[in-house]
Amino acid sequence: MRKYSWLTPVSILIFVLGTLIFLSPLFVPEDVNWPIKQKLKLGLDLRGGTQIVLTVVTKDLPEADKAAAVENNIRIIRNRIDQFGIAEPTIQKMGESDILVQLPGVKDPIAAENLIMKSAVLEFKLVAEPEIAEKFINQIDAIIQENLYKFPVLAKLAEEDKALAKAGADTVKAGEGIFKSLITTTERDFAVRYEDLDIVRSLLQDSTFVNLKPKGYDLVLESVDEKKKASREPVVLYVLESTPQLKGTDVDRASMEIGPSDSPNPQIANKPYISLTFTRTGARKFANCTGDNIGRRLAIVLDNTVYSAPVIQDRIPDGKAMITGQFTEQEAKSLAILLNNESLSAPIEPKYSTQVSATLGEDSIKSGFRAGLIGILAVIIFMALYYKGAGLIADFVLIFNVGFILAAMTIFGGTLTMPGIAGIILTIGMSVDANVLIFERIREELDAGRTPSAALNAGFKRATVTIMDSNLTTLIAAIVLYQFGTGPVKGFAVTLSIGIVGSMFCAIVFARYIMEKTMIKPGKTTMSI
Amino acid sequence: MRLFQNANYPFVEKRYIFFVISAVLIVASILGIIIKGINWSTDFTGGVSIVINMQPKDKQVPPLEIEHLREVINDAGFKEAEIQFIGDPSNATFQIKVGGEDVNKIRDQITEVLTTKLPEYVQGRDLQTDVIRQVDVVGAKAGMEMRNNAIMAVLISMVFMIIYIWVRYEFTFGLMGIVALFHDVIILVGVFAFTQKEFTMTILAAILTLVGYSINDTIVIYDRIREDLKIYRKDSVPIIFNRAINKTLGRTVITGSTTFATAIALYFFGGPVIHDFALAMSLGIIIGTYSSIFIASNLVLETFVHTRTEKQAIKHLTKKK
Repeated sequence: MRKYSWLTPVSILIFVLGTLIFLSPLFVPEDVNWPIKQKLKLGLDLRGGTQIVLTVVTKDLPEADKAAAVENNIRIIRNRIDQFGIAEPTIQKMGESDILVQLPGVKDPIAAENLIMKSAVLEFKLVAEPEIAEKFINQIDAIIQENLYKFPVLAKLAEEDKALAKAGADTVKAGEGIFKSLITTTERDFAVRYEDLDIVRSLLQDSTFVNLKPKGYDLVLESVDEKKKASREPVVLYVLESTPQLKGTDVDRASMEIGPSDSPNPQIANKPYISLTFTRTGARKFANCTGDNIGRRLAIVLDNTVYSAPVIQDRIPDGKAMITGQFTEQEAKSLAILLNNESLSAPIEPKYSTQVSATLGEDSIKSGFRAGLIGILAVIIFMALYYKGAGLIADFVLIFNVGFILAAMTIFGGTLTMPGIAGIILTIGMSVDANVLIFERIREELDAGRTPSAALNAGFKRATVTIMDSNLTTLIAAIVLYQFGTGPVKGFAVTLSIGIVGSMFCAIVFARYIMEKTMIKPGKTTMSI
Repeated sequence: MRLFQNANYPFVEKRYIFFVISAVLIVASILGIIIKGINWSTDFTGGVSIVINMQPKDKQVPPLEIEHLREVINDAGFKEAEIQFIGDPSNATFQIKVGGEDVNKIRDQITEVLTTKLPEYVQGRDLQTDVIRQVDVVGAKAGMEMRNNAIMAVLISMVFMIIYIWVRYEFTFGLMGIVALFHDVIILVGVFAFTQKEFTMTILAAILTLVGYSINDTIVIYDRIREDLKIYRKDSVPIIFNRAINKTLGRTVITGSTTFATAIALYFFGGPVIHDFALAMSLGIIIGTYSSIFIASNLVLETFVHTRTEKQAIKHLTKKK
């Protein structure tokens, strides 16, 4: 009998415990505070979910690019919500420029909307020189004063100010409009008082304002982090050149990194930041831009918020940059993910979101489960009858194999749909293959006159080679499908790989361990197989 | 009980019969695919989404059951219609997605069905504004881009499979294993072309499953051939091939049967939704098992006979790895 190292029982224990832990949320009632939250979701066909309709804003795009922008956004949204291809959303173009998204079992449509809408538009823009910035602010002030009736919030504010002025308070300086009254200055920039932040922010997004604003420059606020929220310091309002020097498409790779604690740069010492590597053309653009503008400031703008605006010290030829800012590790990580995936080709706006019911009727769901049960039972009974004791052991590990598949799908954020269930049932039919190969081999060895112990060893040894070769070929195919496939094809590859790994482990390690522990006894000359 | 314990069927000797059968099936399938074409489902082509409200004016009428609406729409010829409550079910608003391109025609058809089959829910209401709330063309869920991408991914994975089998076995084995895979896929797609059954995303998954299943089956036999070539050095290659196929026959049939049992259970008891998927799988298992036993290794042998690369190949195959 083979001597077991501690590795085999420990790996079996990890396999069984891991499976139970990740499946446990399915059996714990909702109101109990259980540490593991992630749960296998039921698909749109079985349970329904949330429907979100989004509009792609294509009005600023040339006619020829509109359709492509919508298609592109669909693809990007799919990548965002379905990283491994097993989340089973429905994403369709609707009408000319709408996108219909259905997500299985989403309880919080707002969070789902946010995830989809996150655009992560990265731009590098030069900060305007001080005198130009000042002129721009004055221009805007004048324009707003002229068109005050178009901005009810500001008009109301102006009224209040006037009333105060009459009462003797001198808040409004001569020749200054309401806009300038909202602006203060820091050492070198304009800024907005913390209490006025919301007013200014909604003004900047107001389409009337955007249309009236002189072209060529933009007003962009800096990012407001926790520290700023606490101290309520003024928030810098940058005047940036409208034309970006570089864009997100110039970035080849973005990753979250944590600066070493002894870094001379206080911005990154012990702090998470995003390191960027530009593409070849991106690197060239960046070198030119930094070379031509030494002494000026280059703002790093992400989703229309300035994260930092360092002064260009020197030409940077190596095509590398970093985004610093007061990120949490999680924020930096998700920003890096968004930057690595393409950003949306055109902005999207939510139209409405609503609950939707299952696409399949109760009947279809019931008959699907019933058919699965019949199929599995047929396999289990056959194995027990044909391979007797060994068959029962195969049946026993089969149950864990099914559990393992479901647990692994949970980990990858998978969703169970009717075809998915059918697929798992088929996997069960196939996964006994490894057992069949081993048992047939053992029988052959027994026929050749070996003792049960020797037959077991020889059978496993030979069959393992076969199982490895046949399963590795399929696994290679699955990995390629994952690498090159999209959406459901990717998802298929994930489930297939899980099934292969699970069934190999169950047959070669798990079942063997039980067989050796229970079927081989000294002096016994027969084997129930 | 032992199935095929001392099986000794002349698989190799009679290989030309199976070559002819397969050739006929493949030619027929290709003709079918060319002439009849594949009936791509709305997963790939898109369709029309119609939002209807079925709140009856007459308060006596019970709320419309979604199952009943499904039945009515299915009976009207929209077999793959996808029907959901949208918003709270008490609002009786439904979203119906059906295949087709002609928006106006589909709108008229649905209107017609609703007025004739479910008159109590539309009586006294304005059909075009109150009952039918919104009609939109919807794009494909998967789209042709994804379909092409899937085909591409499968082709690339085949190249990698050939390389793996080449390294572990020998090039001819790898190549013919993939030829057998093409054989399986073409015949299965041919069945769908001939029957004009809808080719959905799920059917695509069935085909991918078949690819995995069939290559697995084939390699088990290859593995036995490799082993036997080392053991029975004096026997001729055809005899070794035939013996290997026979010795693995028990396993091939048992695995085929357990998988087939689950697939056929889904076919008979699984309800209409997975009917076609189960059909594709059941057929796929039969075709895949057939090609592993009768085609894949026989093609390798046939290549050896014609190219006289046998000695070299066997040397490569049996060298210690």
